[in-house]
Amino acid sequence: MSVKQKKMLIRIIISFVLLIATVLIPIENKYLQLIAALIPFIIIGYDILLKSARNILHGQIFDENFLMSIATIGSFVLGYSSGSGEYEEGIAVMLFYQVGEFFQNYAVGSSRKSIASLMDIRPDFANIEKNGEIISVDPDDVAIGSITVIKPGERIPLDGIIESGSSSIDTSALTGESMPKDAAVGDSVISGCINLNGLLKVRTTKEYGESTVSKILDLVENSSSKKSKAENFITKFAKYYTPCVVFAALALALIPSFITGNWTEWINRSLIFLVISCPCALVISVPLSFFGGIGGASKSGILVKGGNYLEILSKAETVVFDKTGTLTKGVFKVTAVHPEKISESQLLEYAAIAESFSNHPIAQSIREKYGADTDNSLIQNYEEIAGRGIKCTINDKLICIGNDKLMNDINADWHQCHHIGTSVHIAIDNIYAGHIIISDEIKPDSQQTIKSLKKNGIKKTVMLTGDSERIGKNIAEKLNIDEAYCGLLPGDKVDIVEKLLNETSEKGKLLFVGDGINDAPVISRADIGIAMGAGSDAAIEAADIVLMDDKPSKISDAINISKRTLKIVYQNIIFALAVKIVILILGSLGFANMWAAVFADVGVSVIAILNAMRCMKINNKN
Amino acid sequence: MKKIFKLEDLDCANCAAKMENAISKIEGVESANVSFMTQKMTIYADDEKFDKIMKQAVKICKKIEPDCKIIL
Repeated sequence: MSVKQKKMLIRIIISFVLLIATVLIPIENKYLQLIAALIPFIIIGYDILLKSARNILHGQIFDENFLMSIATIGSFVLGYSSGSGEYEEGIAVMLFYQVGEFFQNYAVGSSRKSIASLMDIRPDFANIEKNGEIISVDPDDVAIGSITVIKPGERIPLDGIIESGSSSIDTSALTGESMPKDAAVGDSVISGCINLNGLLKVRTTKEYGESTVSKILDLVENSSSKKSKAENFITKFAKYYTPCVVFAALALALIPSFITGNWTEWINRSLIFLVISCPCALVISVPLSFFGGIGGASKSGILVKGGNYLEILSKAETVVFDKTGTLTKGVFKVTAVHPEKISESQLLEYAAIAESFSNHPIAQSIREKYGADTDNSLIQNYEEIAGRGIKCTINDKLICIGNDKLMNDINADWHQCHHIGTSVHIAIDNIYAGHIIISDEIKPDSQQTIKSLKKNGIKKTVMLTGDSERIGKNIAEKLNIDEAYCGLLPGDKVDIVEKLLNETSEKGKLLFVGDGINDAPVISRADIGIAMGAGSDAAIEAADIVLMDDKPSKISDAINISKRTLKIVYQNIIFALAVKIVILILGSLGFANMWAAVFADVGVSVIAILNAMRCMKINNKN
Repeated sequence: MKKIFKLEDLDCANCAAKMENAISKIEGVESANVSFMTQKMTIYADDEKFDKIMKQAVKICKKIEPDCKIIL
């Protein structure tokens, strides 16, 4: 509790005691009675009265403080002029209002705090080695290429590559993943993670401002500027709501009074309108819900760039996946070696040497399978043929390694393999020598993801891939994906997404999930582009939602979070408006008193805030 | 360019919305955002006019929510 809040609490208690005293102790004198009532009123409401006076001078008439002041002073005037000496209501209403404000303040404060703690991944310092001594400096002052020393239990301050040491790294603050990750020399580490057990020396590869941790914080903090339709509706609504209610109050005070002549009754009813005229419950709780949802999502490794994206996500109807790196691991492995006329190891050796200049993932996987270093001085007459493969001479033998087209070109008698995967054929002196099958593994949670997406109302799942029909269809079948488009070039993907966008219903939205490296045009074309895997700047920049780890199951988590957030938002909007309208109607008919009105104002705000805070809690049931 | 300011004692969400609205309308401001939750204000505006704009922004803030202070 802050000092301000403590002071308020004391004022509430004192005026409450005095209020009871004025009710219990009878005072005969009319003037003394008024003064006795004014003391607790001023204690509890002086700031409201002062603020309203100040705001009138500034020309702010439709302000909460001013309306509360008129409503309560009005009730005092009525009590005095009618001679009844009933001032309790005015005091009590002000008291009740302040209690509501107090709770509201407290709730906002604690939700601000818990959101801040969700984002408590900012490193406070970086340890730098200088002249043999380790000194702590501000992460902002660390240049690229410096060596930072990270002790066990400390947070990694900047992105970098491990120079020495090995350790387990807790990435949970960024990815939501509770299993620590092992990291050793040569691995790259991202800022914001916690070093659990070993001493690490990390050479930084980015400045602090460009590091993952500051990008994430920036993204989440700025997310509130991208407003959802619901938020825009509330802002517009608030603009018209207050003046409308105030004019309605004025009309209610004047028109029936002229007709019936019963001024006290109708002014009393109109004061109720004034109390309800602040749209606070909505103005606070709707952005708070979105902010909470975004904060909670980021806790489980899902970064959402704005409330609007959360809103669109909840309406997802079609989910389009890129295959490689999204549904499959994107790590190619040699799964079969089928030699003809030569030994398996010989075939692999020729392949590994021939591919030793290539950086293609397929070449890497062949070299990895071969294991030993390749002696590329053996290679002569090296020639890469685009869309075909490689031709070269090794030990005076002409080696051709590549796809079926290359084999056809040299008239080698090749044949298709029964294994599903990418076939790399090899011919020695134009005679077919066998093939190596390379395939990509499906991620362990891909199947579950498709299942739970279907369960959560996604109508269509689509997979796009540049791979052959045979491989693509096989994976789509295994995962139970509705449609698969194979053999695509990057440009084709955009065309297909556009076609799918036309096919979705008017309200339904299309999500595209890719690994973000070469999918940027598709990511920006879809209603929502989701990029997987942190660390790639391109991914963070292009996408609307970034998944910090590469688990596809996070997609269904994200959709669940968005649906839950939107549900809470609509609950709050409907609840707050319904209570206000009901009390306005009852008040105008004379069935609701000032107490009900204060409840409809601050009481509803407090309830809506408490409801909104539920958005932050994310249960990972799936 | 973009500048971010901290806001102290921003207690009223409706006022934050009003401030955002009014500050967006200052001449030279491309866009302004007042976040009630993070108690931060982000202003995009021309570099040269920034000082002038901030003077006006402080005035607007004082007018709408006198308790709230922009930390410059």
